[in-house]
Amino acid sequence: MSEYILEMKGISKEFTGVKALSNVNFKVKKGEIHCLIGENGAGKSTLMKVLSGVYPHGNYDGDIIYEGEVQKFSNISDSVKAGISIIHQELALFPDLTVYENIFAGNEVKRGAFVDWNQTVVEAQKMLKKVNLKVNPETLVKDLSVGRQQLVEIAKALSKEVKLLILDEPTAALNEDDSENLLELLKGLKQEGITCIMISHKLKEVISIADKATVLRDGQTICTLDAADGPISESIIIQNMVGREIKDIYPKRPNKNIGDKILELHNWSAFDVELGREVVKDVDFHIKKGEIVGIAGLMGAGRTELALSIFGNPKSYKVQGDLLLNGKKRKFTHTKDAIKAGIAYVTEDRKGNGLFLLQDIKSNVSAANLKGISSNGILNGNEEIKVATEYKKSINIKASSVEQNVGNLSGGNQQKVSLGKWLFVGPKLLILDEPTRGIDVGAKFEIYTIMNQMINEGLSIIMISSELGEVLGMSDRVYVMGEGRIKGEMAIEEASQEKIMQLATH
Amino acid sequence: MGFITEVKTLIKDNIRDYGMYIALVVILLTFTIMTDGLFMSSRNISNLLDSAGYIAVLAVGMTLVIVIRHIDLSVGFAAGFLGAIAAIFLTQMGVSVYITVPAILIFGIVAGLFNGFLIAQLGIPAFVATLAAMLIFRGALLRVTEQTGTIIVNDDKFNALGNGFIPSLMEVNGLHLLSLIVGLIGVLLYVYSEFSNRRNKVKYKFDVPSKGIFALKLILVSAVIAYITWILAGYNGFSWTVVIMLVVVIIYHFMTTKTVLGRHIYAVGSNPEAAHLSGINVKKITYIVFGSMGMLAALSGILFTSRLQSATTTAGTLFELDAIAAAYVGGVSSAGGVGKVTGAIIGAIVMASLTNGMNLLGVGISYQYIIRGGVLAAAVIFDVMTRRKRG
Repeated sequence: MSEYILEMKGISKEFTGVKALSNVNFKVKKGEIHCLIGENGAGKSTLMKVLSGVYPHGNYDGDIIYEGEVQKFSNISDSVKAGISIIHQELALFPDLTVYENIFAGNEVKRGAFVDWNQTVVEAQKMLKKVNLKVNPETLVKDLSVGRQQLVEIAKALSKEVKLLILDEPTAALNEDDSENLLELLKGLKQEGITCIMISHKLKEVISIADKATVLRDGQTICTLDAADGPISESIIIQNMVGREIKDIYPKRPNKNIGDKILELHNWSAFDVELGREVVKDVDFHIKKGEIVGIAGLMGAGRTELALSIFGNPKSYKVQGDLLLNGKKRKFTHTKDAIKAGIAYVTEDRKGNGLFLLQDIKSNVSAANLKGISSNGILNGNEEIKVATEYKKSINIKASSVEQNVGNLSGGNQQKVSLGKWLFVGPKLLILDEPTRGIDVGAKFEIYTIMNQMINEGLSIIMISSELGEVLGMSDRVYVMGEGRIKGEMAIEEASQEKIMQLATH
Repeated sequence: MGFITEVKTLIKDNIRDYGMYIALVVILLTFTIMTDGLFMSSRNISNLLDSAGYIAVLAVGMTLVIVIRHIDLSVGFAAGFLGAIAAIFLTQMGVSVYITVPAILIFGIVAGLFNGFLIAQLGIPAFVATLAAMLIFRGALLRVTEQTGTIIVNDDKFNALGNGFIPSLMEVNGLHLLSLIVGLIGVLLYVYSEFSNRRNKVKYKFDVPSKGIFALKLILVSAVIAYITWILAGYNGFSWTVVIMLVVVIIYHFMTTKTVLGRHIYAVGSNPEAAHLSGINVKKITYIVFGSMGMLAALSGILFTSRLQSATTTAGTLFELDAIAAAYVGGVSSAGGVGKVTGAIIGAIVMASLTNGMNLLGVGISYQYIIRGGVLAAAVIFDVMTRRKRG
């Protein structure tokens, strides 16, 4: 048998016209810890989904050779049977069941046709010992910390006699101590001959733990670094992650006219009661009139949470610190207060919480400013059509009429409807959260052009984006966030992809 | 575009809205033929509409509740209980009808707001919160009727709400004059509003339907109003129940289609998170919708008590499910954000027509339930299929 437990050869995967993976080669030796690195959207998760059978055989091109044989997984349970377990970022545990029930969920210890609960507890204790988790197996999973829940997941994988363990950003939600423990555990498992693939954004971890590291970018394998050839350095990883040349698709803004500060945050923190942790920590931030400020960072860096905590706090975080609007201290208790004060927020998740998909374009455009088309609470339907048609023309929404349902539009046009909706509010400060995610290049350019127009009309824009090219191409100033904190701030002249990535991954 | 093709596209685009009307016409025609015209007689139609009244007003409120993705199971016994309170006010306490009716409506609003509090403020699922309220109202109804049993109401003015008719002024060829006048005014108002709508659209330089279609629609709707008026005028004219039903529909139709409040209700229904992020107060809307439901439950209780001229210990039993069925037949969607008030009324009339028609034909009660269940299922299937085709 070859020394490789896994070889993925020439893997390609397409989502309706978008190439997520093209001709990826990925080899993992038996008993090593292999890290998979790349920006958001580089294709890491897709690759792991191909491997674990989420995308069944036939849905992708290329071969998966596992333990010397070509595998044709048609679902997750096939890959689990073969000894491959994947632990996702969002844990797949049952919070209201006990630890032992969770470990053996779907893999019950049976005597005859019945579950043998006593034996289950005994087995569970063995597994917990293996992962160094000292809890009573009868504890409910929801009463454990996230770090401990992760260990339960690993115990669950071990109970299925895992040979290849895949961890998708296991330390993203953990504090330092828990991360440390987890990494130690992985090293221990390695001694027992378990192979491990770990997706991670934290380069320090990668360097400390990886035997090898493969970098993906834009759905392609860029390189595989081997610790045996000398220590893996951060700068090499970052170079490989961001090495993409930035094409000139960002329209220029010749006459910049930057004025006074319109929004300031001081010692701004937000505590998410549901998650039980602080999602925004001690942020100092400001934006001036006529400025585009980019907020870069990786997933889970707290950027959306920051935006929501400014925009009337719809998730009811416990917010601390000062918010100054035009130099005056303000406090918004509802999104409608923030809107009234001239702030608009275009959400990251258009379909989930941005648009009314079952309603037509005109109702979406007017939704946040019904006052603008009504008098004394009574709507003027004709005025609404007029307004929506004007936006349809000015920002080029491609649709047969403003009475078309938004659910049937393309991603780019839906995003334009969102923009139209918030422009109609007449904001002073516009927060755009991933404004061009999932949009084709042509529509992107149009959205950038609209942004520049708005700036010329005296608005200010906060642009949250995971796309470094966009951040560098559009912003006047850049903040980098990580773990809820501002990790750095720089003028656009000083910013580079490497610098941003360096800050974001620390 | 030719006239015929325009009609065709109009039907194709609006099949979901028209489906219900077509179904109603089919049901009416079927029963008329099977009963040799007895079904469409003035007296029967008048009875049919009166018997639909107390469910129809509930269905209007229920439609809005379902539009915002909730449900209200308490409305049946809320109606029964509030109806009994009305009876007690009128008989045992001797309160005038002019005070009783508004007071009961206000009680209804308070009861609805309490449901709203449980659901919006405390986050209890509407199904459970209103189930609890249903049990409470049921107990309360038994409590207040325990000693007396059925409470007979002798107040003529109150009883007229469920049984009486608007005064006739004089008879013309055996037809009810005031009803004819009301019908005529209805037609004139309708024609005026259509013309003014069209004029406004032209002022904004929007496309309007061709003159042929416009005329066809005017004639069709006017004819329907005129026909119903003529039928009712042949018996005792418009009953107070029908008048109340019409007023409720007109107010709610206007509110849902032409006001900011209505738009907010539908926004909350189609995507509560997006609504919140658009600056809409989702809690407030939930309160308003449940408050309005409570008021309509009270109105339903008043109509039912007045129709029976008494409050009974079992009044309101299963009203909530009849109202929910009517709302679904009327095209409301439990996924939220979709459903019309006019649909709810049509749904209630469809269900009442089935009961009435089958009674005339002497169909056994067992078959009646089965057929009504089948129609409900068919209506929802039709709704789902047409939506899938479009989306």
